[in-house]
Amino acid sequence: MLSCSRLVAPKIDWNMLRYVIKRLISTLPVLIGISFLLFFMLRMLPGDPAQVLAGQMATPEEVQNIRHQLGLDRPIFTQYALFLGRLVRFDLGRSARTQNPVIEEVWARLPNTILLAVAAIILACLFGIPAGILSAVRPYTWIDYLVTSMALFGISMPVFWLGLMLVVLFSVILQWLPAGGTGTWKHVILPSITLAAFVVAFIARMTRASMMEALAQDYTTTARSKGLKESVVVVKHALKNALIPIITVVGLQFGLLLGGAVLTETVFAWPGLGRLIVDSILARDYPVIQGAILIFGLLYILVNLMVDLVYAFVDPRIRYD
Amino acid sequence: MRPEPLLSIRNLRTRFKTYEGMVTAVDRLSLDVHRGETLGVVGESGCGKSVTALSILRLLPSPPAEIQGEILFEGTNILDLTPDRIRQIRGNAISIIFQEPLTSLNPVLTIGEQISEAIRLHQGVTRQEAWKRAVEMLELVQIPSPDARAHEYPHQLSGGMRQRAMIAMALSCRPQLLLADEPTTALDVTIQAQIIDLMVRLKEEFRTSIVLITHNLGLIAGMARRVVVMYLGKMVEEAPVKDLFREPLHPYTQGLLESIPWIGQKLKTGKRLLREIPGIVPNPLEMPEGCRFHPRCPRVMEVCRKEEPPLKELNGGRKVLCWLWN
Repeated sequence: MLSCSRLVAPKIDWNMLRYVIKRLISTLPVLIGISFLLFFMLRMLPGDPAQVLAGQMATPEEVQNIRHQLGLDRPIFTQYALFLGRLVRFDLGRSARTQNPVIEEVWARLPNTILLAVAAIILACLFGIPAGILSAVRPYTWIDYLVTSMALFGISMPVFWLGLMLVVLFSVILQWLPAGGTGTWKHVILPSITLAAFVVAFIARMTRASMMEALAQDYTTTARSKGLKESVVVVKHALKNALIPIITVVGLQFGLLLGGAVLTETVFAWPGLGRLIVDSILARDYPVIQGAILIFGLLYILVNLMVDLVYAFVDPRIRYD
Repeated sequence: MRPEPLLSIRNLRTRFKTYEGMVTAVDRLSLDVHRGETLGVVGESGCGKSVTALSILRLLPSPPAEIQGEILFEGTNILDLTPDRIRQIRGNAISIIFQEPLTSLNPVLTIGEQISEAIRLHQGVTRQEAWKRAVEMLELVQIPSPDARAHEYPHQLSGGMRQRAMIAMALSCRPQLLLADEPTTALDVTIQAQIIDLMVRLKEEFRTSIVLITHNLGLIAGMARRVVVMYLGKMVEEAPVKDLFREPLHPYTQGLLESIPWIGQKLKTGKRLLREIPGIVPNPLEMPEGCRFHPRCPRVMEVCRKEEPPLKELNGGRKVLCWLWN
């Protein structure tokens, strides 16, 4: 033990590293589970992908040909085994529609999705956390009522409606921002606001509840009894304790945003993962659906792992060993 | 004539606004704390002991709390101070220790940080200097390897250690007055004795006055020179500690003393060893008329049910709030 610890560089937290590796390995069974559910649920969908691809006018022979090309005429478990076999080699197959490798299709959309998700989550944290703190510090005052009613509004508002209203105001009437598409930073603003509306409300409510609890704790009274300024009491003593549930919510919401915001992407013609998945479902493009959802699953797992690691930085009671 | 007291509370009344009505937690309380003395405050749970301590430092959130009266600290009324001025007093001239050290220490900050932030704030020293002093304080409260402990978090310390750390924090700016709110209640009996010894020693060393709030009469006997007995927000008796134990005047104090066992106490035939005070503490929203103790008092008289007794001052610095002495 002793000789071992001497070899260890002092700064590296080996417990943490071991934990990360363990968690990464444990993602494998989860991914296999996702692939299994995904594969069989997709096959339960009504509709014949070969028929969709061949079109309404195709002869039965043509349909049969396509079916054979796609391997859809094989027994379903053979199909799954082949799919898994390719997966191990990071081969997600080719799109039935475009014949491009699935990985390329997903790869092309991923940056857009990540950009939108990151913009939305930053926006949501920037407004949600301070708003929640403010209403927790002044509970049952006009500012608290304002924040909580805005939050209720944000959570209840349908995304597509908000998106359309923003387009009407900022693109049609004021003509300040583009109504859809990608390219410049201006294109990011409306979709990220639309996406953030729900998340900001969610984060604000969580922050408020968590901060109210922290502010009622004995250690808050201790902090005040030392003569600290109220701002120091709130930020240094209460907020740091209140962060765990807030981080959880931010992480979960970020994970969901990465999965693609179907409605928002549709309203703003944003070429992200969400729309890719929807388009592929409509076209019964199995390989793309499978590939995109698997990537989404992987991202979700990674985000969760990151959240768990951030916990340890915030709360010294959490240790990974 | 005694010198001017360090702390002089005059007609303190602390009330809380609740949905069911106003609750009076402390009612027209007056007491003095002199320099270098330890004043004991005893009473059952809910008698207003802790609220008194929190009122002195104005740590009760307002609303719902409403504080009236005067709290003179070195002649200045704390209740008149601006928020900035009261912050200069908190943790500096007056500090407080709470009952439960685990919940009173911040779980996500190191012990050293929690002690040194008060030092930095009130003594205007650098971060390193404040940390050094925090470690010295930990050493003073006899925490082993204080250097290493300063870097640890509260959950890594035992209950007794945490309370020592709390004491180190409270005394770090050498306060003139220490409010100790049930400082040993949450600790094991053996640890309690150590903490009491520590407080007695540091009190001498720092020449700090202490207001010791507790329901533990043994602790009062060991540490305090004068005692104030509270019942339902009112002071019912005040006496030098020896006199109080030898000859309690108020029936409530008598009841309190009869409810604790004494070493060497003889079990007389036909008499119970320990006696409880009958009844329970009434609902603070429905205070009894007249003397507040009358529904539970074994020596209740007709006048007790109708009129509140005045505070009677007796010889030898004793005060009692009871019709028996009027």
